[in-house]
Amino acid sequence: MTTHDLHAAVTDRRGDPVIELVGELNAAAAVDLDAAYDRAVETDPAAVVLDFTRTEYMNSTGIALIVSLLGKARSLGIDVRARGLSDHYREIFEVTRLSDFITILDGSSAQPGADRSSHA
Amino acid sequence: MDAATREPIGLTSTQPPMDIPDNDPLLGYLLSAKGAVSVDDLELDSPALERLRSTGVRLLVPLVSQGELIGVLNLGPRMSEQDYSSDDRKLLESLAGQAAPALRVGQLVREQEAQAATRQRYEQELEVARLIQQHFLPKELPDLPGWHLAAYYRPAREVGGDFYDVIPLSDGRVGLVVGDVTDKGVPAALVMSATRSVLRASAQRLIEPGEVLERVNDHLCPDMPEKMFVTCLYGVLDVHSGRLRFANAGHDVPYVKSGTEVRELRARGMPLGLMSGMTYEEKETVLQHGESVLLHSDGIVEAHDADRGMYGFPRLKQIVAEAAERQPLIDIVLSDLAQFTGAGAEQEDDITMVVVERIGGLGGAEEVLAEFELPSQPGGEREAMARVLAAVEPLGLEPAVTNRLGTAVGEATMNAMEHGNQYSAELPATIRVLATTGELHVEVSDAGHRGELRQPDTPDLQAKLQGEQSPRGWGLFLIENMVDEARMTSDENGHTIHLVLRLEGETNDHP
Repeated sequence: MTTHDLHAAVTDRRGDPVIELVGELNAAAAVDLDAAYDRAVETDPAAVVLDFTRTEYMNSTGIALIVSLLGKARSLGIDVRARGLSDHYREIFEVTRLSDFITILDGSSAQPGADRSSHA
Repeated sequence: MDAATREPIGLTSTQPPMDIPDNDPLLGYLLSAKGAVSVDDLELDSPALERLRSTGVRLLVPLVSQGELIGVLNLGPRMSEQDYSSDDRKLLESLAGQAAPALRVGQLVREQEAQAATRQRYEQELEVARLIQQHFLPKELPDLPGWHLAAYYRPAREVGGDFYDVIPLSDGRVGLVVGDVTDKGVPAALVMSATRSVLRASAQRLIEPGEVLERVNDHLCPDMPEKMFVTCLYGVLDVHSGRLRFANAGHDVPYVKSGTEVRELRARGMPLGLMSGMTYEEKETVLQHGESVLLHSDGIVEAHDADRGMYGFPRLKQIVAEAAERQPLIDIVLSDLAQFTGAGAEQEDDITMVVVERIGGLGGAEEVLAEFELPSQPGGEREAMARVLAAVEPLGLEPAVTNRLGTAVGEATMNAMEHGNQYSAELPATIRVLATTGELHVEVSDAGHRGELRQPDTPDLQAKLQGEQSPRGWGLFLIENMVDEARMTSDENGHTIHLVLRLEGETNDHP
């Protein structure tokens, strides 16, 4: 078990930047996620999309990272949206009330693109 | 000696009756005298004789009945101022011979009346004690699904201070109490009622049984009568999990009957009311399906047979072990006790028993599906989740339930590894998975000896987003929302998070 299992890739295909969260979202993902977020907001977008389609695992420390990211984005007036959440993590977003502050998109509305990607 | 029998005859009626002390030589002299005795002829070093002389008494006529001096006729000088003649003396002696038995009968009647009055007062006191005690014992026992409760209380003739109670608490818990006040009668009944009231109030406010006993002890100490104290066993039973957490203030040790085995529920603690500031050790056991716990008072083990042999703990323990399953344990103990003490023997002390039985389920006792230890390291919860989910696979849980269980197990394990064990690889997290009828239990324990873990504030997302709360602190919140029941307990070995899933519609007949 490594402690560095997340790849947070930012993809941006003409629309809002998308942070693709691949692997395990836990405390060890903090550095990668922060870097991806900083890259995503470089262009001062109106919204950032978090893509959980390939997120294998998320625990309470991962939730804490999302909360931090959401707090930073809100302070800049940037919307945070989520897509690709499994039913279970969607339930966790509802239980924690993250879904009150993060717009949960239908998973099919924005496919992660490969035009321009970078690994944070 | 009754002073009223010694009113001097022939003297003025205002002469007060005189009591002759038992050690005065005059008494011995009069008892052995053959008849009337002239005061002037006596040469005794007797204060009573001096007093009689000083009041003008001239002749003493002993009143003797069945060899016992029951009074004296004290006569002053004759009206003619002549000495008493021998005929006078014979007449007086004849009179004394007939008066003495009649006087004795009168004395006995008065003594019996006084004794009857004392007895009546005593019986009234006992009746008051009985009423107080009965008023403070439960009128009925709560109906707990999956459990069978029974209680028995029989006061001795001299009412002792036994009591028991079953206290409904929040979250499917009940408080179980059995206690005994030293002393008997009204004083014991009053202390019992005070103890019971304070215990009931404390049980609602405090969770841990040791804390409850500490509070009761501190309340009782200032006003406890000298040489009195209270022994008391207090346990909190979780009716869902069967977990019984208990503390004991010097009371007789309860027995848990498990088939033909008996285990004792021991926990250290001083009786209540002796010294304030006492602490009470807490212990825990889990009552499995089919197991019963017997709480009892010393009226059983301290009962004697005709040869003054004591019933004793070993015999009680043995009879509990040998009792057939599904037979009322109370009846079995009472029957054996009656056989021991013999027919018609008076009950020496109050007898109290409370039996709490966890009814056996369709599948019988609980089944351990998995039990393992993992070293504490970041990310270690993933393996715990995988192994627990593999262990419960035969139960065929819904995918959503499986996912929730996984998250709860992961968070509990992370809590144990990070907070309990501080990610020390040599301190393991221990995970047990148990299936009982209709329930799945997962216990996640750390080996941290750091006292109570601080419960984080309930997470408030708004406050976290505004930087007023740490973004972390979601673990226990998630656990509580993912399973039907979650509790944290601590003992000298560390902390345990108990997770319960109720398997509605599920059966326990998995392989």
